[in-house]
Amino acid sequence: MSKSRVETKKPMSLTKKRRIGLVLRWILAAFLIIFSIFPIIWIFSASIDPVNNLATQKLIPDNAGIGNFTELVSNPIFPFFTWMWNSIKISTITTLLTLTLTTMAAFAFSRFRFAGRQTLLKAILLIQSFPNLLAIVALFTISKQIGDVFAAVGLNTHAGLILVYLGGAMGMNIWLMKGYMDTIPRDIDESAHVDGANDWQVFTRLILPLLRPILTVIGILSFIGTYGEFIIARTLLTKRELQTVMVGLQIFTSGQYTQNWGVFAAGALIASLPIMIIYLVVQDLIVGGLTQGAVKG
Amino acid sequence: MKNQTRSLGIVAKQTVSNLSTILTTIIIIVADLLLGYFAFRLARLGYIPLMIVIILIMLLISYAFLAPKARHLRWMAVGLSAWLLFSIFPILFTIYNGFTNYGDGHLISKAQALDQLEKQTYLPETGASYEWVAYRSADNDYLLWIKDQQGESQIVRRVDAEVEEYTWEVVPGERGIGALDAEGAPETIEGYERLNKIKASTDENLTQIRFGNPDNPVQIRSSSEAGEVVPRYDYDPETGVVTDLQTGTAYYEQEGTWVSRDGSVLIPGFNAVVGFDNFVEFATSPGLRGPLVTIAVWNFIFATMSLLLTFAVGLLISIIYGDPNFKGKKLLRSLLLIPYTIPSLITILIWRGMLNPQLGIINRMLESALGISPDWFNVPGLARMAILIVNMWLGYPYWMLVTSGALQSIPSDLYEAAEVDGANGWQRFWRITLPLLLVSVGPLMIASFIFNFNNFNLIYVFINGGPPIPTATTTAGYTDIIISYVYNLAFASGRGVQYGYASAISVVLFILIAVMSLAQFRFTNMWEEVSENV
Repeated sequence: MSKSRVETKKPMSLTKKRRIGLVLRWILAAFLIIFSIFPIIWIFSASIDPVNNLATQKLIPDNAGIGNFTELVSNPIFPFFTWMWNSIKISTITTLLTLTLTTMAAFAFSRFRFAGRQTLLKAILLIQSFPNLLAIVALFTISKQIGDVFAAVGLNTHAGLILVYLGGAMGMNIWLMKGYMDTIPRDIDESAHVDGANDWQVFTRLILPLLRPILTVIGILSFIGTYGEFIIARTLLTKRELQTVMVGLQIFTSGQYTQNWGVFAAGALIASLPIMIIYLVVQDLIVGGLTQGAVKG
Repeated sequence: MKNQTRSLGIVAKQTVSNLSTILTTIIIIVADLLLGYFAFRLARLGYIPLMIVIILIMLLISYAFLAPKARHLRWMAVGLSAWLLFSIFPILFTIYNGFTNYGDGHLISKAQALDQLEKQTYLPETGASYEWVAYRSADNDYLLWIKDQQGESQIVRRVDAEVEEYTWEVVPGERGIGALDAEGAPETIEGYERLNKIKASTDENLTQIRFGNPDNPVQIRSSSEAGEVVPRYDYDPETGVVTDLQTGTAYYEQEGTWVSRDGSVLIPGFNAVVGFDNFVEFATSPGLRGPLVTIAVWNFIFATMSLLLTFAVGLLISIIYGDPNFKGKKLLRSLLLIPYTIPSLITILIWRGMLNPQLGIINRMLESALGISPDWFNVPGLARMAILIVNMWLGYPYWMLVTSGALQSIPSDLYEAAEVDGANGWQRFWRITLPLLLVSVGPLMIASFIFNFNNFNLIYVFINGGPPIPTATTTAGYTDIIISYVYNLAFASGRGVQYGYASAISVVLFILIAVMSLAQFRFTNMWEEVSENV
């Protein structure tokens, strides 16, 4: 932007300087691009390299093939696609429930005035800034105790893990959502109330349709965050077939991973795909959400 | 006419609202019954704190849906319940743990510990004694014939045998019992061999086995005598003293541990409040304090350097390529965004493979190009450098996105005025761009600092905090940050799990994070925003 200003002032005399600047910028850009995508290219090459070994992998593999991917499908101690399915299932359910809970709570915070409203909002924000990893022993204990009564929502169940994730749903999301709702004029719901609509009708028929952009942002960020989480999932789910793909990949690399590098690479690529696609499709939308205060989890 | 339809409408609406009130009431009663039953079961298992939380949730939900005044709460009752159960309660629980000795040797309650102690038994050297004869089957099952001083005899089975009757009467002809000898012991038992004194004394298992009724077992004391096994520990509820009857040592209860006068300790102890002991021990014990200081200092350096590096690179990119006339901007942004689009766990694992000192591609390239092979995993300085490089790679796209947006909001007439005054590009950056940028992205910088301050994934997944600090008595490494140190302390310490210690540091970390977050909120004017829209 500072550049465009310079141009308008003295466009002719700086043409040569600009050209040099442009070349320099492209050289720098090339360097940056290499820095940012080299690991991806390298992991891609590892995934199609039949050598399957970290030490001897080449950047341009000999005899490239899909051997590592078929190994991924057939390996019984590495139920990769079960993990993928678990991850997608858990993230989707968590996201939908998070959206429901936060949107409804944000509606109350935005539309009603009640004692303790500000205190509650502040408390929600402050509590969320404590990483729940620090309370992981407590989370484990609570989950175990719940499971001792209702095994279906205790340790080693997806429902139990989703429940723990939902405990963190109230937080920044409510602020983002409430902030967005505050921009919708209250006159709209007041006139609807005059016409006899109740709160629920105002919420579902008037407000909700207007929330689509922010719902998308929060939904996507929530999905990405849940999908990438591994430490709580690893603590609460100890059975191999119940684990998520992030836990699986992490456990896989804690063993003899250097000799199974190609298979890991194939798994890593497939596991990255859903999130990569989401990011590249809705880039601009996410950028907006990020700048409003979300940090990648 | 119009009036009539309206009043009809109101009647209809009231009926509907009455109906929905009834329906709500029924649903809430059912929910309350379920939660009440849940709380009751928790109480039966002794999980009192969790029971209290469940009852609070029950009250919250009932109040929200049944009290007319609380309509705002209906919208958040479920969310607040989850928040209470899995955000607030775990934090309180952790704080409480910080003041207890919760950890290996102290994992159970006092009642459970006493239960375990009561189950421990020993064979006294004096006391009730029996004559005995042993019988052994081909598959190493044993029977024991015993006769007490009154001359009553019986055959007893092993305590650990899964049978209904542990004792048999000695009746010849039944259960394969043959003729009796002069003492009254069977000469033969079908399926078993009678062991003579020599065979019995050379049998390795025999003296270890307990026979008879599990409540009152018998064990062989010597070649001629068997005795009754008795409980080893005696607990006096009034004084709290546990006495070891075998040695006569008295153990005195001390904050969850039974300690004797000469300092020996009973295993297990139990979970008890120990006050500020955990905090004091961290402050005074060199083996604990040393690594914690190293880790805390590195934690601040790591968070600061990560923020500066990612911010600087991101800002540089948005300044250089922010020019609207620069062709290929969109493509460049998509390419540079790629590190950000992959779940960080995966990219950290990839970097771990690439930086592997022996096998990784980077060291292989450095080796062939420059003849060097830095040991990223085992030299503290290099490991820290590697972590910062990886984090820069992970984080700069975020700042590229944020700053490119923020730069556009700086009014361009400011630059024009500056140029009129003769400011060069460097001055314009330091006097205009950076200060204005800091105002708008300052809160995000604090958020990013807090995020990196607790960036567990990177530290843990990369090389799990390594290389180890040699002077530490717990699992601690040179790249560990507080949160990863806490995690290892809780789960993977060389001294066993140490939930109490781990929670104590968590409490300190909670306070640190709270201070930083409050600073962030002040900067963001978030507090003010709350009241503005009222």
